[in-house]
Amino acid sequence: MQKDNTIVLRVEDIYKNYGNVEVLKGVSFEIKKGETKVIIGPSGSGKSTLLRCINQLTIPDKGRIWLENQEVTHTKKNINQFRQKIGMVFQDFNLFDHLNALRNVEIGLIKVRGMGKDEARQKAIEELKQVGLEEQANLYPAQLSGGQKQRVSIARTLAMDPSVILFDEPTSALDPELIGEVLEVIKKLALNGMTMAVVTHEMGFARSVANEVIFMEDGKIIDQGSPRKLFTNPEHARTRKFLSKITELYGRSAEKK
Amino acid sequence: MNGINFIKDIVLPPLLEGTWVTIKLLVFSIPLGLLLGILIAGGRVYGNKIISFLCASFTVFFRGTPLLVQLFVIYYGLPSIGIYFSPFAAAVVGFVLCSGAYHSEYIRGAIQSIKSGQMMAAQALGMSKFKAIIYIIFPQALRRALPGCSNEIVYLVKYSSLAFMVTCIELTGAGKIIATRYFRYTEVFLVIGIIYLLMVSVVTRLLSIVEKKLKIPGLG
Repeated sequence: MQKDNTIVLRVEDIYKNYGNVEVLKGVSFEIKKGETKVIIGPSGSGKSTLLRCINQLTIPDKGRIWLENQEVTHTKKNINQFRQKIGMVFQDFNLFDHLNALRNVEIGLIKVRGMGKDEARQKAIEELKQVGLEEQANLYPAQLSGGQKQRVSIARTLAMDPSVILFDEPTSALDPELIGEVLEVIKKLALNGMTMAVVTHEMGFARSVANEVIFMEDGKIIDQGSPRKLFTNPEHARTRKFLSKITELYGRSAEKK
Repeated sequence: MNGINFIKDIVLPPLLEGTWVTIKLLVFSIPLGLLLGILIAGGRVYGNKIISFLCASFTVFFRGTPLLVQLFVIYYGLPSIGIYFSPFAAAVVGFVLCSGAYHSEYIRGAIQSIKSGQMMAAQALGMSKFKAIIYIIFPQALRRALPGCSNEIVYLVKYSSLAFMVTCIELTGAGKIIATRYFRYTEVFLVIGIIYLLMVSVVTRLLSIVEKKLKIPGLG
């Protein structure tokens, strides 16, 4: 795993309220180049909101985000320039329903980066190859399986050459037998040195790929450390309880991956 | 004069001239009405409070009043504040405003039926909201709105006959003149009915071709 000590993403003391509900209560962490950080925690703990705060799809009430030493929050630059560099993969894929797989991947290149059509097509085909879907290039989202959709959406994100990719429960909407193919792709990215933050319930994946696991609950980071430390010897009773529950729930399939 | 010759020699020539005017009315009114509908719907869903309110008011006003009243106001009323339209232009303006109001409701419904994740994914790629609307939301929403809008276009073909009320002599107007002159209402209006039926059939056919062309698996 290629890793150096440059910090790609720095999240500093993020707060977010929805009305009276405090969703995030001061979350800070950083991701170094080539690192895979896995964020786990019960639903409603603020993981998805945290990811959306990073690319400002949700504007945090307080705190700062830095991408490669440039501040994303309170910036004078156009937020869209940062968003190009912060890839995002969603739980329910959000492929553009009116575009086939290929055009889903190339539209960002053409409309956002202003790339020429031929060049964009070349690159889009390359990215689809990366996720093993060049043969499905002409199929529309409705004609793809869930796993294929998620792989196209990963290709769409990769095409923008992001500095970091945020995965928001990328396998939670998938049938069990389709989870593997998507995790395979994400794992491959990790091995190739992509910088990533992955919110997931797949503990087997967390164990085998993460450089660090963050356990979040109730809008705060409760525990944080190497997967070995967190899974075998968590600092907090709460972390242990959550992990045993999730292992029970997902059983051996989670262990296997 | 027997029926067939009467229709062929006396009725048809002015009716065909009228049909030509009707077609010209439609050629202007249909696309402009659709365009207005898109703008109003977009303004209503994505505009700030003021724009959204103005667009909603527009729809309330033009859906809530009879088209004939609108045409009278445009043609007979507006000159009193110094705005003059030719009969043809007055009819087109009225049709565009009225059908735009109806289209906007079909399109607004379609826009609101698009999952919010589409916009989110577009913005996450770095698209501005405007680009996301143009390249992601509208192409999907318009496909969904098409059946409703087709309906409105078919209506427009028929209510274009109201242009006659602001002295724009289109198909119905031409027929009325002939029928009154010869006092042969049945034959004349029967022919007019057939011509409208033909126009509606052609328009329906064209719209279903467009719908098929734009069809995307799983959408609409």
